[in-house]
Amino acid sequence: MVQNIIDVRNLSKSFDISSKEPGLKGTIKHFFKRQTKSLKVIKDISFEIQEGEIVGFLGANGAGKTTILKMLCGLIYPSEGSIMVSGYLPFMRKENFLKNITLIMGQKQQLIWDLPPIESFYLNASIYDLDKFEAKRRIKKLSEMLEIDKELFIPVRKLSLGQRMKSELLAALIHEPNILFLDEPTLGLDINAQRNLRKFLKKYNKETNATICLTSHYMKDITSLCKRVICVHEGTVSYDGKLDLLLKKLSPVKEILIVCRSEEDAIKLENYGFNVKNKIKNEITIKIENNSITSSLKTILNNFDIEDLFINEPPIDEIIGRVLIKKDYEI
Amino acid sequence: MNLRKYLKVYKKFLHTSLASELEYKTNILIDLITAILSLIGSIFLLSIFFQNNGYIGGWKFEEALIIQGIYTVLNGITNTWFNPNLTEIVKHIREGTLDFVLLKPIDSQFFISLKKINPSGFLEIMLGFCLLFFCVRINQINLNLSFLTLSLITISCSICILYSLWFFISTTTIWFVKTWNAIEVLRSFLYIGRFPLNSFSFSLRIFFSIFIPIAFITTIPSEVFLGVSQLWKILLEVIVATVFLKTSRKFWLFALKFYSSASS
Repeated sequence: MVQNIIDVRNLSKSFDISSKEPGLKGTIKHFFKRQTKSLKVIKDISFEIQEGEIVGFLGANGAGKTTILKMLCGLIYPSEGSIMVSGYLPFMRKENFLKNITLIMGQKQQLIWDLPPIESFYLNASIYDLDKFEAKRRIKKLSEMLEIDKELFIPVRKLSLGQRMKSELLAALIHEPNILFLDEPTLGLDINAQRNLRKFLKKYNKETNATICLTSHYMKDITSLCKRVICVHEGTVSYDGKLDLLLKKLSPVKEILIVCRSEEDAIKLENYGFNVKNKIKNEITIKIENNSITSSLKTILNNFDIEDLFINEPPIDEIIGRVLIKKDYEI
Repeated sequence: MNLRKYLKVYKKFLHTSLASELEYKTNILIDLITAILSLIGSIFLLSIFFQNNGYIGGWKFEEALIIQGIYTVLNGITNTWFNPNLTEIVKHIREGTLDFVLLKPIDSQFFISLKKINPSGFLEIMLGFCLLFFCVRINQINLNLSFLTLSLITISCSICILYSLWFFISTTTIWFVKTWNAIEVLRSFLYIGRFPLNSFSFSLRIFFSIFIPIAFITTIPSEVFLGVSQLWKILLEVIVATVFLKTSRKFWLFALKFYSSASS
């Protein structure tokens, strides 16, 4: 039986935020008397994550994704509610808990800038109390998986962003954690570097059964890694479930562009009873519901003289974009 | 606490920070020249103060040199460990990289206090000890076990007080974010430690003993060197150092509860 490794109940977090009016008057007023107000950034959220799952946290900027990740790994104290991660209260930051987790942030780095990454790896190995031989074995294994064995001895400041990110991953995984918190790990990487990183994370998850919690604004990260997504909207969970169900719900129809042999065929097709979006000469675009695609295509191919046919999926970014601005998704 | 692990980690800290610093040879050379010039300048300044009057606050020039020697050792320690590490706390908090420190299975105070090292500070420490050895000779101090033990205790206490004060100010960054100025003020007060406490007025002596305990940092170890310190003063320094160290530790753990991390 698969166990829940993360259990979040009625979690809330408030921050005291100060606001400042524009201009010199506002600045002076702000200096002498600061107007602060308590802002609830996470509002009563609950969810569980099972061991080995890869879960994507989706949400607009400022929705609360990173705050959730930071509470899960114990960096921020929750204001209300409870969190259990791997049987520990994260904010107690017990040694055994910390040895089980890792946090990787795409925009922050822990590697020593002036030295080759291998120096940072051995430093981390000593912090995690690994002996030299074990550290060497893990560095070899991970550097081969990440394809950075040649870059281990080049100063970090001379590495490309992609190579640096891979090195950051190695530094963060040297203790073989079983829970990974990844906050926009592919930020700023080129397409190939993004793909390689995703490939590595998939392999790592498969080989170690590690649980991965991921936030990313690149939809490809989410679609290729996560079966389950948790959508966060203004501090609340607006959807928690399978990604494909969400996509089906948000995009119930597909658009099919049919190129007929003649304009007469196109006219016949237009009058057949399909939901026609538009028609230009012998090209006609119709909308078909996902659950009747096969039967509809069979009808079209059997009854009309078709030259070509294209099935257009709406871009995933566009679909997910709709999630980010809506509050509730009932599936 | 696993002492073996902490020693192993500290060895790595030493290795990585020395390797980082040695990447920039010219910078180290400039730092070394600065340390030598700074010591010469300080002794010259001190000699000017003693030119007209042979005594300041009851101290002869040769005796006041002991204070300068202790100050140089402490300044060397500050430049070797405190400056590169404790000023970094402000950066860690502003940029949110403290996250990486807090998620390591190691004491966060140990990590942020000792991770870096500035090797050019070693020269200052050595110069300070050379000056102290010179003072032992010119003041005809008898080097015996009790003298060495008491000197070691009082200098260690001075290091603890200095570290705690600096660490305390750096910790307030968790609330105030920028505290560079407070650290600069502390450094300015430390310059005062180059002069005997008796050379100041009564009110300033109280201020530098109670509020900013500069008196404990240089004057008491110097009195030990001269064999004129009273036992109660040494005990008081030990108590003050213990209280400061414990308070700074508790304050750090308390402050971490308010750490909100930087936004991504």
